[in-house]
Amino acid sequence: MKSFAYERASDPKAAAAIASRAHARFIAGGTNLLDLMKIQVETPETLVDITRLPLKEIVEAGGGLKIGALVTNSDLAADERVRRDYEVLSRALLAGASGQLRNKATTGGNFLQRTRCNYFYETNARCNKREPGSGCDAMNGFNRILAILGTSDKCIASHPSDMAVAMRALDAEVETLKSDGSTRRLTLPELYRLPGDTPERDTNLEAGELITAVRLPKPLGGTQIYRKVRDRASYAFALVSVAAVIGVENGRMETVRLAFGGIGTMPWRDARVEEALTGEAPSAALFAKAADILLAEAKGHGENDFKIPLMRRVLPAVLREATGVSA
Amino acid sequence: MITLTVNGAEHKLDVDIRTTILDALRDHLGMTGSKKGCDHGQCGACTVLINGRRVNSCLTLAVMHEGDEITTIEGLGAPDKLHPMQESFLHHDGYQCGYCTPGQIVSAVGMLGEVKDGWPSHVTGDIANGGTDLSNEEISERMSGNLCRCSAYPNIVDAIRQVGTTGKGAA
Ligand SMILES: Cc1cc2nc3c(=O)[nH]c(=O)nc-3n(C[C@H](O)[C@H](O)[C@H](O)COP(=O)(O)OP(=O)(O)OC[C@H]3O[C@@H](n4cnc5c(N)ncnc54)[C@H](O)[C@@H]3O)c2cc1C
Ligand code: SF4
Ligand code: FES
Ligand code: FES
Repeated sequence: MKSFAYERASDPKAAAAIASRAHARFIAGGTNLLDLMKIQVETPETLVDITRLPLKEIVEAGGGLKIGALVTNSDLAADERVRRDYEVLSRALLAGASGQLRNKATTGGNFLQRTRCNYFYETNARCNKREPGSGCDAMNGFNRILAILGTSDKCIASHPSDMAVAMRALDAEVETLKSDGSTRRLTLPELYRLPGDTPERDTNLEAGELITAVRLPKPLGGTQIYRKVRDRASYAFALVSVAAVIGVENGRMETVRLAFGGIGTMPWRDARVEEALTGEAPSAALFAKAADILLAEAKGHGENDFKIPLMRRVLPAVLREATGVSA
Repeated sequence: MITLTVNGAEHKLDVDIRTTILDALRDHLGMTGSKKGCDHGQCGACTVLINGRRVNSCLTLAVMHEGDEITTIEGLGAPDKLHPMQESFLHHDGYQCGYCTPGQIVSAVGMLGEVKDGWPSHVTGDIANGGTDLSNEEISERMSGNLCRCSAYPNIVDAIRQVGTTGKGAA
C-alpha cells in the first residue's frame, strides 16, 4: 500500500472540500477501497474518513425513505420498513458479500464499488479502466464474469453490486453535496456511465462530490424478488441476477419493474422489456419474448457467452415465480 | 500515535497510518489469535467484533477505530475460563488444523447477536417478519464469510447450533 495523508472529516461540507484536492478519496467502510489500495490499483494521496459524519439514519421522506449514505448494508437490509415495503432491496443486500462485510459496507460505498474484472486487479495486465489507453486484456481473455450489454471496444467490465440492481428497479436517486457546497440529485442512469471511450470514469460524480443520501420513492407493493445466480450458494458475486417488482391486477401485470445484475456495464434496466409486459396477461410466451427483447443486443466475448442463454432462462423463471403463471 | 481499545484495555500505539486492525493486533499488540488468511476480506480468519458487530479486521484501518470497542478471540475467553462458543467448538471437534477457528468462533458469537436482534438472512423465508430459527441452512448462510480449508463445516455448524439453542458450550 502507498502511504497517504489521513483526514477525519468533521462535517459533510469539510469532507467534500478536502476530497476535491487532487488524488483524494473518501473512505467509508473501506471494504473495496482498502482492498484495491493493498494491490496499488488505488493509490490515493489523501484519505478523507467520512465514517463519523451524521449520515447514518433512515427516515421517512416524500412518501418513501431517505437513507443516509453511511447506513451499513446490514442495517439497511434489517430495517423493518425496508423489509416490509422494499423487500427486493433487503433481498439484494442479503445476497451480497458476507455478514462481516455487510456490517462494514455502506450504502454510498456499495454504489461506488469498482468492477471485479480480473485484469483490473492485475497491475501487470493491460486495462483501460485502470490505465487509460493501455488496452483491454479481458476482451479475449478470462471474461466469464464480465458484461454482455452496454460494453464498448474499450471495456466490458460488469458492475458488481447487488444492492444497486434493486435500487435501479426501485427508481432510487442519490443526493450529493459538491465541494462548492451545492447539492444535486441523480437517478442511477445519471450517476453511472457506460464505458464508451472513457472506461476509467465509472460515474458522473465530480471530484469531491459526496453522496449524502439515497431516496426511495413511495412503495410499489407487488411481489418482490431478487434472484442471484452464482458459482457457489453464498459469498460470491453474481453471474447474472434479476431484481423484480411485479404487481398483478385482474389477471394483468400492472406494475412491472425489472433490473439486472452481472450482464451490464452498469446496473441494467430496459424500458422496452417493461413495456412489453405491462398491462398484459402473464404467459410463458410473453416471458420468452421479454427475454428476447432484453438480450437482442447482447454480445458475448467467449467465456461469458453463457450469460445469454442463462438470462434467457432466469428472467422467465423469475416472472413465473412472481405471477404464479407457468404456461 | 493512536489509541485502540482492545478487550476493554486502552493501548497507545505508534503505528504507520496504513496499519490495519489485524496488523495492529498481531504485530504491535502481540495478540496473534486473530489470523491472517487472505488479507482481502475473502476468508474471515481475521474476524473481530467492533462495538459488538463482527467485521474483517484485515480490511479496516486502525486509525479509523479510535474510541471503538474491539473484541478479539483473546477477549472472549481464556484456557481456564472458556467462552461457551470456545467450549462448544472443543466439544464438537469443530476444527482440524485450527487456523480458521478463532475467526469462526468470533464470527459465530457476532452472528448469534444478529439473530437475537432479528436480522434476516438470504435464506430466511419471510423476511418481513424475520427469522430466528437456527436451522443448518441458516447457520451455513450466516457463516459463509468464514472459510475452512479443512472443511470442518459439519462440526462447526453443530457447535454453533448448540450454543445458539441452549446457550451452553458443553452438553
Ligand atoms: C470478498 C468480497 C466479496 C464481496 N461480495 C459482494 C457481493 O456478492 N455483492 C456485492 O454487491 N458486493 C460484494 N462485495 C463488495 C462490497 O459490497 C463493497 O466492497 C462495499 O459495498 C463497499 O462499501 P464501503 O463502504 O466499504 O466502500 P469503500 O471501500 O469505503 O468505498 C468504495 C468507493 O466509494 C467511495 N465512497 C464511499 N462512500 C462514499 C460517499 N458517501 N460519497 C462518495 N464516494 C464514496 C470511496 O471513495 C471509494 O472509491 C464484496 C466484497 C468483498 C471484499
Ligand atoms: S474489461 Fe474493462 S476493467 Fe476489464 S481489463 Fe478490460 S478495460 Fe480493464
Ligand atoms: S484475512 Fe481478513 S478476511 Fe481473510
Ligand atoms: S480447521 Fe483448518 S482451516 Fe478450518
